[in-house]
Amino acid sequence: MSRRWRYGDAAADRFSPGAGGAVTGRPTRSGGWRPLLSRFVAHYGMLGVLLLLGAFFSIVTVREQQPEGARAGRSLSARVVCTAPAGCRIILVERVGAPDRAFAMTFAGELSRCGRSLTARIPGDPAEVRRALEHEAPPLVVATPTSSAPAVRSIIASIPALAGVIVVEPASYRWPTFLLPSNLRNIANQIAVIAILAVGMTLVIVSGGIDLSVGSLIALSAVCAAGLVGMMGGEATGAGALLVAALTATLLCGLVGLFSGLMVTRFRVPPFIATLGMMQVASGIAYILSHGKPIYRLPGFSVVLGRGADPLLGVPWAVWLMVVLYAAAHLVMSRTVFGRHVYAVGSNAEAARLAGVRVNRVLVAVYLGSGLLAGLGGVITASQLKSGAPTYGLLYELYVIAAVVVGGTSLNGGEGKILGTLIGAFIIAVIQNGMNLANVESYTQKVVLGLVILGAVLLDRLKQRGLARRRGGSEGEGTRG
Amino acid sequence: MNDVPVLRVAGLVKGFPGVLAVRGASLDVRAGEIHALVGENGAGKSTLLKVVTGAHRPDGGSVELDGMALPLGDPARVRQAGVAAIYQEFSLAPSLTVRENLFLGRERRRFGLINVRDERRRAGEALSRLGADVDLETSVAALSVSQQQMVEIARALLCEARLIVLDEPTAALAPREALRLLGLLADLKQRGLGILFVSHRLDEVLRACDRVTVMRDGMTLGTWPLAELDRERLIERMVGRSIGEEYPAREVVGGPTAGGPMAGGATVSCATAGGSAAPRASGSASAARGAGRRPLLLEVRDLRSGRVQGVSFAVSAGEILGIAGLAGAGRTELARLVFGADRLDSGMILLDGREVRIGSPREAIGLGICLLTEDRKAQGLCLGLSARDNFALPNLDRWTRGGWIDGVREGAAFQRQVGNLGIRLSGPGQPARDLSGGNQQKLLVARWLERDARVLLFDEPTRGIDVAARHEMYLLLRRLAARGKAVVMISSDLPEVLGMSDRIVVLREGRVGGEVRDATRATPEDVMALAAG
Repeated sequence: MSRRWRYGDAAADRFSPGAGGAVTGRPTRSGGWRPLLSRFVAHYGMLGVLLLLGAFFSIVTVREQQPEGARAGRSLSARVVCTAPAGCRIILVERVGAPDRAFAMTFAGELSRCGRSLTARIPGDPAEVRRALEHEAPPLVVATPTSSAPAVRSIIASIPALAGVIVVEPASYRWPTFLLPSNLRNIANQIAVIAILAVGMTLVIVSGGIDLSVGSLIALSAVCAAGLVGMMGGEATGAGALLVAALTATLLCGLVGLFSGLMVTRFRVPPFIATLGMMQVASGIAYILSHGKPIYRLPGFSVVLGRGADPLLGVPWAVWLMVVLYAAAHLVMSRTVFGRHVYAVGSNAEAARLAGVRVNRVLVAVYLGSGLLAGLGGVITASQLKSGAPTYGLLYELYVIAAVVVGGTSLNGGEGKILGTLIGAFIIAVIQNGMNLANVESYTQKVVLGLVILGAVLLDRLKQRGLARRRGGSEGEGTRG
Repeated sequence: MNDVPVLRVAGLVKGFPGVLAVRGASLDVRAGEIHALVGENGAGKSTLLKVVTGAHRPDGGSVELDGMALPLGDPARVRQAGVAAIYQEFSLAPSLTVRENLFLGRERRRFGLINVRDERRRAGEALSRLGADVDLETSVAALSVSQQQMVEIARALLCEARLIVLDEPTAALAPREALRLLGLLADLKQRGLGILFVSHRLDEVLRACDRVTVMRDGMTLGTWPLAELDRERLIERMVGRSIGEEYPAREVVGGPTAGGPMAGGATVSCATAGGSAAPRASGSASAARGAGRRPLLLEVRDLRSGRVQGVSFAVSAGEILGIAGLAGAGRTELARLVFGADRLDSGMILLDGREVRIGSPREAIGLGICLLTEDRKAQGLCLGLSARDNFALPNLDRWTRGGWIDGVREGAAFQRQVGNLGIRLSGPGQPARDLSGGNQQKLLVARWLERDARVLLFDEPTRGIDVAARHEMYLLLRRLAARGKAVVMISSDLPEVLGMSDRIVVLREGRVGGEVRDATRATPEDVMALAAG
């Protein structure tokens, strides 16, 4: 770098204090971890908000928790070994409802490890318990899950011959209901559809547009999929036909998105208006197709996508799908030409065009993608609810937009991060779930949710203003110079 | 003539980030005179006007109206004080009616409601005083440009302005309408108003004005009564600055251009390392400068669309063709047509002697044509995106496989070009918005250098950048030409056009007004004469 250059630019820099050092030839002024950290905070600062919310709801929802499954079995066997004298008979009352194999197996296993043996296992139904215990006499220990303990105690109290029989239940523990694995899975499952839609919406908003039709597309897709399944045999439909129905519904929604995109590009209809129109059209078609009534006749295994979970972690398939989609979208937006073009179009469409970007093609693709993802969301909804109805997805577009905005994407286009949207979606889900657990009534929930969305946007504004101030006058150059 | 000035501007200074637009301007406008303000594009006229009308707050100096300080930086209060501004783009609300526009913000009221009858009466009076035949209740959008201008002037009359400021009022008018406007201004002058008038059309200035103030390089040179001026002297004062040292000599050629397309660019900064203002680098000085011997690279024939009404020109490999002309002559439009940014009505574009159809910028880029836009913020950069992303945007196809960007090669190319052009930034992720004007421009040049385009359309390449960056740009243009590129440089800066170009095509009102075949022998006056007709 020449001396002359440095001189010239130093002169220019007098007027633009925001300009940093050079990358060439000289050490940069802003090295080290500090800028990395601040960049992370700037991009994913909402992650902190999410964690704070999680911490808050964890503290608020600390309760006595009853253990389940293997954990309950271990706890119970330990207590039985402590209380039951040697040679004493041990009877296990099983859990009512869904049989908890892990619970019973662990209990029996732990007992035999301690040199004890289980005398009998009886089903948890009170009548069965009474019948089984009528013939027993002390010394006897009855091990029971917490949920059945009161019933078992009252049965024993009602039979005089059983005086002296010891009833043992697993030890309870204090733990936030919010943080129970089942609740966390629940949160993920509840937000999966909105989060999947928010992937498409992020692209649309980054490109400088908006898509209001996604809520209606959920209804259209669900009704279309359910209706097709009904036509192809209802409950008796096979897996292949089910797949065809789901694909058709998704593609139909993609078609609607394509149409919105063409309206926006060919006829220069503002995205807000174009998609507002398609929102009505899609909703109307959903009502027409379903005659305004829910369609129920779906085969039992159709709920696999919405309610089924992987056997290993118990995470629902819909959540896995969401994770995969986010990973893919993140790569697309950060590593592919298409992603770059989406950002460029949203930042300055004319500049992008003059740099050789096919702006219209990018925009159409973005709306098409949003439509397809909304269609997929509809299929998942139908699977979760095992039906399709034109009322599904009502006002979802607002939650989806909220997730994107809370996730830090600017409605002006050109900036935003896919993973930010995921965080935004989870913030919304956590607030809803947490307030449910804390017994906040639904009307208050709405107020809080609204305030959180406003707060997120406000935070973004403040950040922007902070940046503008740091930049000094150089920002104003464009408007004045 | 009355000697009490309506407007007195003294010692005005106004800077923007990276450039001092006005660095000492003084002028008086007397009551009952038409005062012209002339100067080259970028001399600071518009900034001066915007200070006077309250749009900008000056950094120094004073502005007085009738001896009282104007509330600068507050357009509404400046207007109230009696300064009416009529800009090139009108400030009327198109969907409102003429009457509503005339009283916008100053509605006549009675009992809290708008007094339509009173408004109509006053508006009718004002318009008839101007001799304008305009229906008060039609919407402004339905009016012709000259009618809209009448409405603007009527509005100035209605708010009892003391001073009317007009920025290029005749630029958008047909000759007959322009004449009528000048007559009208003479009429207003008789009523004792002060009129400050900016125009590029020197004929008008010489016909209609009483005194002329000339601005150059952000300073006022002085004010002369019309009697002391003629056309030649006026032009001389507008452009009269020595070109001499400022432009690198035409013999400058880069060092050995070994390696990739950028190897030559790497020597740009080396050439300046000597520190001389105009390094006459020796080395492999190319003697082949006769335009006839070089192959014709780009030729356009009779291009027509919008403002461009039949322009032909040709540029050879290794040549810098200057395109000069006044604002509105169609220079930028011409470049956009060649680049495929706007639709062509008719005409032909030939590349290497073969006709090509260019339907979009993408196709132009594919053919090796690139455009450095005049307005780098609106049309060049994606300001919110990082410097690297801006650099990479038209070049992504060079580093991709199946749509995936090879970040390593991308980053390497970026580093290389940043080094070549000496772009100063804190890192590849720095938003383009945060770069200084000169660095932004270099970033945009870098993207086309990486592309290794053959035809370079540079529209006002040195606008709004400081002297050193300007010089660097000149060296770069020379170097590109020496490497066999065809360079088309549009510029409003006459000395720059003369100093840099081999040939100059001068546009006038959408047509070729003339051509300067040997730019080294021409004077700014010659070009100005061709441009102003």
